[in-house]
Parts: sequence; structure tokens; C-alpha cells
Amino acid sequence: MEKIFSARDPSALNTETLEINFGPQHPSTHGVFRMNIVCDGETVVSLKPVMGYLHRNHEQIAENMSYAASMPYTDRLDYFNSMSNNFGYSLAVEKLANIEVPERAQYIRVIMAELTRLVNHVSVIGFLLNDLGAFFTPVLYAFREREKILDIFEEVSGARMMCNYFRFGGVKYEIQPHILQRIKEIVKKFPKFLEEFEALLSKNEILCMRCQNVGVLPKELAVSASITGPMLRASGVDYDIRKVDKYSIYGRFKFRIPLGEKGDVYDRYYVRILEMHESLKILDQALKDIPATGELVSKKMAPFLKSPRNFKPPVGEAYGRVEAPKGELGFYVVSDGTPQPWRYHVRAPSFINLTILEDMCLGHKIADVIVILGSVDIVLGEVDH
Amino acid sequence: MAFTENLSSVDGGLKSELGKKGIVVATLNELYNWGRRSSIWPMQFGLACCAIEMIATACARYDIARFGAELFRPSPRQSDLMIVAGTVTKKMAPQVVRLYNQMAEPKYVITMGACSIAGGPFIDGYNVLRGIDRYIPIDVHLPGCPPRPEALLYGLMELQRKIDGQTIEKTEWYQKGLKREYPVPECGPHGLIPKFNPEVWAPREVDHRKERYGEPVLIGKKDKAPNLDAPVAARPAATSASSASQPSAS
Ligand code: SF4
Repeated sequence: MEKIFSARDPSALNTETLEINFGPQHPSTHGVFRMNIVCDGETVVSLKPVMGYLHRNHEQIAENMSYAASMPYTDRLDYFNSMSNNFGYSLAVEKLANIEVPERAQYIRVIMAELTRLVNHVSVIGFLLNDLGAFFTPVLYAFREREKILDIFEEVSGARMMCNYFRFGGVKYEIQPHILQRIKEIVKKFPKFLEEFEALLSKNEILCMRCQNVGVLPKELAVSASITGPMLRASGVDYDIRKVDKYSIYGRFKFRIPLGEKGDVYDRYYVRILEMHESLKILDQALKDIPATGELVSKKMAPFLKSPRNFKPPVGEAYGRVEAPKGELGFYVVSDGTPQPWRYHVRAPSFINLTILEDMCLGHKIADVIVILGSVDIVLGEVDH
Repeated sequence: MAFTENLSSVDGGLKSELGKKGIVVATLNELYNWGRRSSIWPMQFGLACCAIEMIATACARYDIARFGAELFRPSPRQSDLMIVAGTVTKKMAPQVVRLYNQMAEPKYVITMGACSIAGGPFIDGYNVLRGIDRYIPIDVHLPGCPPRPEALLYGLMELQRKIDGQTIEKTEWYQKGLKREYPVPECGPHGLIPKFNPEVWAPREVDHRKERYGEPVLIGKKDKAPNLDAPVAARPAATSASSASQPSAS
């Protein structure tokens, strides 16, 4: 006898699940990321990420070349913020070989790292809105600001995106007073832009409806999955390596760590906006305190700028980490006393943040998966390294 | 350049004279190419770092819309131009070829960045392709790592010039029996192999590299892991950075 389905009782419905292959070529996967999603109707039942479409053998290549030569490769890990990647790698090697960094170089490093954070957060928010359906308008605003900062990067390092600016024990080029002046102007005008950006977005009803209570990441789960960066802080965990480690000279600046309450997509969005405000504070202080003159590279390392192959750190291991805009970016280097590292490993924040994707997406509609993925803020170069 | 000459049988002077009176004379080819070149729809398809520069080109400052190519289509079936922006890995290459096969004629490809031309900085990697042009035909190569947005615009202009040089009678996509399906590469013993002419990509029988370029220079031998448990004093100190001698001139 045929079963009679009643619309009132959905459990009696005999539904089948549908498997969807999402990516690798999809405008919302931020590159070549692929997901296998199983949905029941429109609800996600299971989600399996497939990675490796951009596996570029970063670690293997770095183990076969001199220490300084893999600096440009770190640029290409997370191609939105090359300067922070440089920062992490140089911190690791400086720890390994026990190198001091001169005062002025420290300040330049912090200024560059914070400018990078601005670039990253502003474009990530743009792309998140892109995924929400605000097609390209917020990105236009975001990239307008990004270009201004990239101009500065170009002037100090010679390249827009792939800066390759840091060296072990300092930075490569001098930063001219007029560039500092321009950075000051950007820092002065940026809050106004953020205001404009926020006026368009933060209270926008569509944004609130799509983002609030979507993709909630509870505190405990975030900690146990070793999530870092703005995602962890949006879940309400007070953990920022700039505060915890006080690496470089971050101990000298006054800034606060914005925290979210719920850990949903909206919190992640808003934490990023607030972080930009804090970055501007750090920039303000750093620009005030930066010494007018001084060495760029420590004396010990200056000869190795010309002949990087002669640089042989002592046998040992070191782990250097920074608070990259996406989370904890760590470099683990083992030296065997030769010019090439014995082992080189990258702890890529977006790769580890991505592991929690399935838990956040289960039970949501398939349209929300894209938004949640956008709020994780992945860059495929770093995920697959 | 050869491909740019599209000889018009109408005299240039006469044309401009007529133009003053409001009469436009054009050959069908010119009209056809003008239409095609002014509305190239690229595919919204980014692979790696270069894709960010591609997006920057589409944004306000560089504004690719000035060249009629602002409409990034997410689907290959609606696009005329594929910009291969980034590193093509062995896992991704079959997908790229498939996407190319799915595009409708006439279709063009720009490789953006050193990676998609020849492997770029990652050429030493075991997973990186030595250029996508072994698998699909490329119209414009754009060197750079990444190429600046201006370079992408220049590449687009080069492509427009190429389109200008095409004629309706000779274009491939109006020929009978055209099949521009490129075989999807598969993994072979020496990396990815296109199925149709494997002999082209067979490895060399005699390796001349050593005679021509000499022995490869290797610094540091990698056969023994460093002993990290030994106390610092017991480790070989001669190699430490602090005691390393000043760099020699070699
Ligand atoms: S050419 Fe350079 S910038 Fe472009 S994808 Fe390759 S590594 Fe990235």
C-alpha cells in the first residue's frame, strides 16, 4: 500500500540527500577551495573540505635554499599581507641566530605590520559583503583604501604586493620622511573612511539578518580546535599574541583587544572593524615615537645582506610567531649549521581556522555556508602552502 | 605586427572625408571585430596571488571597464576570456583545461604572472606545472610576479589588437568540423601528460644539462638530522652566525 504523506508531518516525508560539489572554480571560494556538501533540502548535513589545489611546496622549496632566499616565498603565503609573513619568518630566524634588531627598524616593522592589518581587514570585509550579495560595491570602497596603502608599500619596498622588505635583523630600505608624512595622513583620514564604511554596513538590515546568529562558534570549541586571530576573539577569548608575547616592541604601545560575544559571523565582522581602530592607535603612537635616524639592519647581519649564503645560524631550533591579520602565523625552523634550514614549517592560521568549518555550517542553509566561509577569512596560498 | 594588419579596401582619406559628413564606412570585419573587442567578458577565476591584482584591476583605480572588460562572469559558458591568474598545480590543471573546453567560441586566454607562464618562483616544486601553455593555447603572456594592474590592461590591449586582426573568412570557429576540445591531462610517470601528443613532452633521453651548465651547485649536504638534544656548548660552534667569518668575495 502506498504511504500517504502529510504535509503537517515532515518526518513522514521520504527525502533524499543531495551531494553538491562546490568549487574549485567558484567565485565565492576565495580561490581554488573545494567543498563536498551533502544537503537535505537546503540544510547542510555534512561538509568536507578538499584542499591542495594550490599546494606549491613552499616548505620543500625553502628547505633547499638559503635562509634569506625563502623570504620572498613567505610573501606568497598569504598574499594579502606579505609584510606580516616576512615579520614572522624574520622573528623565527632572529631567535635561531640570536640577532638583535635596531630600534628604528623595530618601529618600521611595526608600522608596516599594522598597515598590512588595515589592508587585510578592509579587503576581507569587502569580500565578505561580496559573498553576501553586495556585489563589488563594498570591495570598491575597500580597494580604494587598499591602493593608498599599497602605494606606500611600493615606495618603501619597490613592490605593491610582494614586498620582500624585511631582512634578518632589520629591514631592507630606508623609509623617507615624506613617506612617514604620508602614512600619518592616511592614519588621520582612515577613521573617516571607516565611519563611512560602517554607516553603509554595520547597521544595514540585510547584513544583520544574514550575519547575526549564523555560524556560531562557541568559546570552548574555538579553543579546543586551536583557532586563532579575529575568529577566536569574536568568540570572546582574550588572546592576542601581540599582548601575550609582546614580540618586537608591541609591549610599548597602548591598545585594546576587541572581543566578540557570541562568535557569529557578525561578531567576526565587527571585531575586524574594531581591530582596525586599534591598529590606527598603534600606528599613531609608533609614528610619534619612531627615532629620526638609526640603523636599519643590525651590525651583525649587515654583511649577510650582500652574501646571504654565508649566513649559517647555529644548530638549534626556533619557533617565531606573530599575530598576523588572520591569526597566529608561526614559523618553525631547524638549523643544522648549514646555509639551508634542515626543517622549515609554517603554521598557517587560515589552514587551521578552516578545520572548524564543518561544525559551524551544520544545520545552516547552503547560502549561509558561503557567508561563514567568507567570515573565516581564508587565503588559499596559505591554506595549501 | 603581422596579426594586426586587417587590410581595409576603403581608402583612409575617403573614410575620414565621409566621416565628416556623418557617413561611416566600415567593412564587416571591422564591425565584427569592433563589437567583439569592446566587450570581452573575462571569467572570474583566480588561482593565486595574481588574482588579487586582477581584482585590483577591476576596481576603481585601474578600472578595467574602460576597456569594456569589466563584466567578470563566474561561468565559463558566458565568458570570452580566461585569465589564468596564478600558479597552476598538477591537481588544478585538469580543471583549468576543462574550464577552457567549456568556454564558448571564440575564446581567448591570457596567462597572468610568471607562474602560469613557466612555473615562476615555484618551478622547483614537485606539484607545480611548468606553464599552462602546454595544455591549452595562450594568446597573451604577461610576465611579472605579480604583473601590475597596468600590465594586465596592456595585455588586454594586446589581445584587442589580436582580435582586430582576425577576419571572418579565416577564423577557426566558422570553419567546418572544428573541434577545439583539448584533452584533459592525466598524471603520468613524469607528471601531467596531455593525451594527444605525449611524445612532445617525453623526458630527454640524454641529459645535456651537466655538460652545458656544469655540476649543480649544492650548498650543505642533507643526510643527517641535527642533534638538537645536545647541550649548546657541544654543538659545532664553527658554523654559528656569530663566529662565521666575513663573507668572502666568491
Ligand atoms: S606569478 Fe608570482 S604573484 Fe603570480 S601567482 Fe605566481 S607567485 Fe603569485
